[in-house]
Amino acid sequence: MRPDRPTADEMLEAVEEFLRDKVMPAVTGHLNFHARVAANVIGSVRREIGQSPDIEQDQRERLMQLLGHDGDWEALNRELCEDIRAGKFGLDDPALLEHLRQVAVENLGVDNPKYSAYARLKG
Amino acid sequence: MAGGNIDAALEAATRKYLSATGIADLKRLSAGASQETWSFDAPTAYGLQELILRRAPGGVPESRSTAIGQVREARLIQICHSHGVKAPNVRFVLQPEDGLGVGFVMDRVAGETLAPRVLRDDLYAEARPKMAGQCGEAAASIHDVPMAEVDFLEEITPQQQWQNTWNAYEKYFLEWSPSPVFDYALRWLKERVPARDRVTLVHGDFRNGNIIWGPEGLRTILDWEIAHFGDPMEDLAWICINSWRFGSIDKPVGGFGRREDMFEGYEKVSGVKVDPERVKFWEIFGSLRWGITCRSMAFTHLTGHDRSVERPAIGRRSSECEADLMILLGKN
Repeated sequence: MRPDRPTADEMLEAVEEFLRDKVMPAVTGHLNFHARVAANVIGSVRREIGQSPDIEQDQRERLMQLLGHDGDWEALNRELCEDIRAGKFGLDDPALLEHLRQVAVENLGVDNPKYSAYARLKG
Repeated sequence: MAGGNIDAALEAATRKYLSATGIADLKRLSAGASQETWSFDAPTAYGLQELILRRAPGGVPESRSTAIGQVREARLIQICHSHGVKAPNVRFVLQPEDGLGVGFVMDRVAGETLAPRVLRDDLYAEARPKMAGQCGEAAASIHDVPMAEVDFLEEITPQQQWQNTWNAYEKYFLEWSPSPVFDYALRWLKERVPARDRVTLVHGDFRNGNIIWGPEGLRTILDWEIAHFGDPMEDLAWICINSWRFGSIDKPVGGFGRREDMFEGYEKVSGVKVDPERVKFWEIFGSLRWGITCRSMAFTHLTGHDRSVERPAIGRRSSECEADLMILLGKN
């Protein structure tokens, strides 16, 4: 991303504020609902841009531990899913369960950290 | 026909079927390209009729608008109503010559469907402790409807439910990026699919949000479009999915009650003992199914069928179900 001002995040922040502070108070009904949804969408895109490089890095390290070899995140994640499906992991494998818990926390932390299960699962 | 101007055709139909003298106060209640809900009043010689129109607009094939189609949905609701189930009273079914597409008109039941109000407004404070029991009683009455009278429905066995969910996962995840949490849940469930046992009418979408509540409690159950024959415990589990608790995570039944109270209401009416383990299987299954359904909804937007900001937003709600699943499965 360009090391420039305004940053991509600052641009999105402006749109989010516009939707929340200007559009929502001015409209009712379906339009108000959709303006709120749109503001929430901008919020999760901002979190994704901000957090996904670190998340990907962390997940890649955990995946290399679980699978015992190197690779890029996407290939490793796909391999883990195939191994789970093929029964190569026990369903009670603590390292697998801890990885899955963290994946769920990481994904929800981007998409909707206000959801009730987030705080519960994050611990 | 576009969604907008239906006044004249609806007035003509209401005159024809209900001997109304006209219609008034026509309002669209829900958006969406394939399924519409309208509210309207119709004055008649026997009093003002408060009504709801549910329809797929002309041009939308019935098979794509709902799983069982509006005509069968209307028949099902009528039959359930006649057996004392708290289902709406259907007044008439649209015919092709009415020019309104496929759908039906039913009595409008006053009350609240918005879960956050039901869970928090003082108006429902007295009813809240009774709601879980009432849900158990209502589910039992649905499961008691004679299957021979609704034999136009199809059975979905537990094994088929798993298979359908796997197929959807393949289509909406594997083609893009798999979810290790969903793969884990799919395998956990696959190893525990219950044997086909008691088979009944199943509502299929019995949850907070599809129930009209009054200050005294449960009034009417809506949205019968994915009803089928199957394991009745599906219904008792679906209403416990965390997505329908609307933040009240520690009240598993709809965000308002305890499982034990729902089971007690169910057992009282049905005489059937509830197996909590079987319900738990369906609750885990339901969280997974809802997570995959959320993603599929994004694709109605992505494929251009029904463009809206709401659809892609719902698509990302699958991560809520990943978290719910890890809470449910993490301790096993």
